[in-house]
Amino acid sequence: MPELLDALSLPFFQRALLAGSMLGAALSYFGVFIVQRGMAFMGDGLAHAAFGGVALGLLLGWEPLYIALPFTLLAALGISWLRERSRLGNDTTIGIIFALAVALGIVFLSQKSGYSVDAMTYLFGSILAVSRTDIWASAAVLLLALLSLPLWGRLAYASFDRESAQADGLPLRLHDGLLLALLALSIVVAVKIIGVILLSAFLVIPAASARLLAGRFSAMSLSAVLLGAACCIAGLLLSYLLDLPSGAAIILTQVAVFALCLILQGRNTSTLARPG
Amino acid sequence: MEANNPASLAPALRASGLSLRLGTQLVLEDLALEVPRGSFCAVLGPNGGGKSSLLKLILGLHQQDSGSLEVFGEPAPARHVRIGYVPQAKTLDRSFPAQALELVVSGLSRSWPWRISPSQRQAAMQALQQAGALELSERQISVLSGGELQRVYLARALARQPELILLDEPAAGIDAAGEHDMYHVLESWQHASGATVLMVTHDWGAAFHHASLALVLSRRLLASGPPQQVLSDETLRLAFGHHGHSHSMSWHAPHSHPPHNPAPRPPEAPHA
Repeated sequence: MPELLDALSLPFFQRALLAGSMLGAALSYFGVFIVQRGMAFMGDGLAHAAFGGVALGLLLGWEPLYIALPFTLLAALGISWLRERSRLGNDTTIGIIFALAVALGIVFLSQKSGYSVDAMTYLFGSILAVSRTDIWASAAVLLLALLSLPLWGRLAYASFDRESAQADGLPLRLHDGLLLALLALSIVVAVKIIGVILLSAFLVIPAASARLLAGRFSAMSLSAVLLGAACCIAGLLLSYLLDLPSGAAIILTQVAVFALCLILQGRNTSTLARPG
Repeated sequence: MEANNPASLAPALRASGLSLRLGTQLVLEDLALEVPRGSFCAVLGPNGGGKSSLLKLILGLHQQDSGSLEVFGEPAPARHVRIGYVPQAKTLDRSFPAQALELVVSGLSRSWPWRISPSQRQAAMQALQQAGALELSERQISVLSGGELQRVYLARALARQPELILLDEPAAGIDAAGEHDMYHVLESWQHASGATVLMVTHDWGAAFHHASLALVLSRRLLASGPPQQVLSDETLRLAFGHHGHSHSMSWHAPHSHPPHNPAPRPPEAPHA
């Protein structure tokens, strides 16, 4: 316990907890739509696209965040455009744009000497080097997630039954575009803290854990947000206590929670009355 | 509202010169048809014959390339007509965490409910009761049988008090008892409400027994009229023979339709 109190009094740790829990909550909120729409690979693809933007920012010597944001939005648009033009599947077009962005990122970094430390930070994340800017950016992401709450019902309806939502005249393209833009923005902000490689876990694992236990989409959304934030806090404490890399400690916590939910779900379904 | 207005005499559905191209394929060509109000209309024909595309045009999911399509006198998509839609059960996402009641309410509010208001609950429960699915209201959709889920979808459509109800292969994937229940619900609801039913189906037997009007589509309208007249050997041969669909090779037309009941159920046209 004294060790934990020590940690909590450290400014860098406080910043990490604050930014991590805000991003964990926001990413898990978008994650429920990602999981339910089968778009997990999109999250992974956009995180890798953000890497290309970050590398360009490092090469130009500008704040990587400001370059990565338009770069990632462009990648999201590129995926949509390529899919419509080529009639290839979503996963195929994501795979192509994903590879293009990473390849560009590597080319950009190779043009800059002494890149390896920065590059490693963006690949694996550095939640313990959270700046004030990162906290403001994380707060902005959380605020945008909150501002998008009035769309929850429409997004959920279209996630469940797209045809009916379209027949009812919902502006699906606008809603999809907004979801994708919010997703791209959250990913860009989270890349520095969580890292390209592990980012999709933040979108997928808390939402999937919530899905295992929740019987209603509203309950799934709420529990995903709570789990996303809680796993971040628990993972960071664990990383401090056991001296583990923070991003990996958070993901391992998320997976442990997922396993627990899986066990609990097994118990629930074995006692549920099944229809004849 | 409009359905009760005697001044408005437009049929439930009227198409003329209707053509639809999807990609390079001409799915509907110069289609003309009319479905009177209050009909129980079965839309039949081979796969790729444009049955589901016609439903999607009515719903506004496709846009025709030429011609006109009017629903109760309003060009499709007719946003002022209350339309209930029962999609194909196999296309639905059963992994979505939802209770049957929420599903019905989503049809009422055109949005997924965070919480259900007392008035929404009352309307949804009434629709579930009409569809014979009241006892399913609190169940998870993931544990419902095919027939049960179909009745919940029917309840979602009925909750809108539709003037027109559209069904896409409603009997696909449900057992005989479930099918019987569903047609029973549909017929008694239609009898009470006077609404129009448009059902896309592969099941010529169901059309024969339940429909008042049969439309046979294979890109164009091959035949239309009372099922007892329309569903003849000649129509079947036209529908399944002349486009060279592979399944027509293994299919045997009924030797004849007895003009009087009891009619043996005509064999189902095979699925592709």
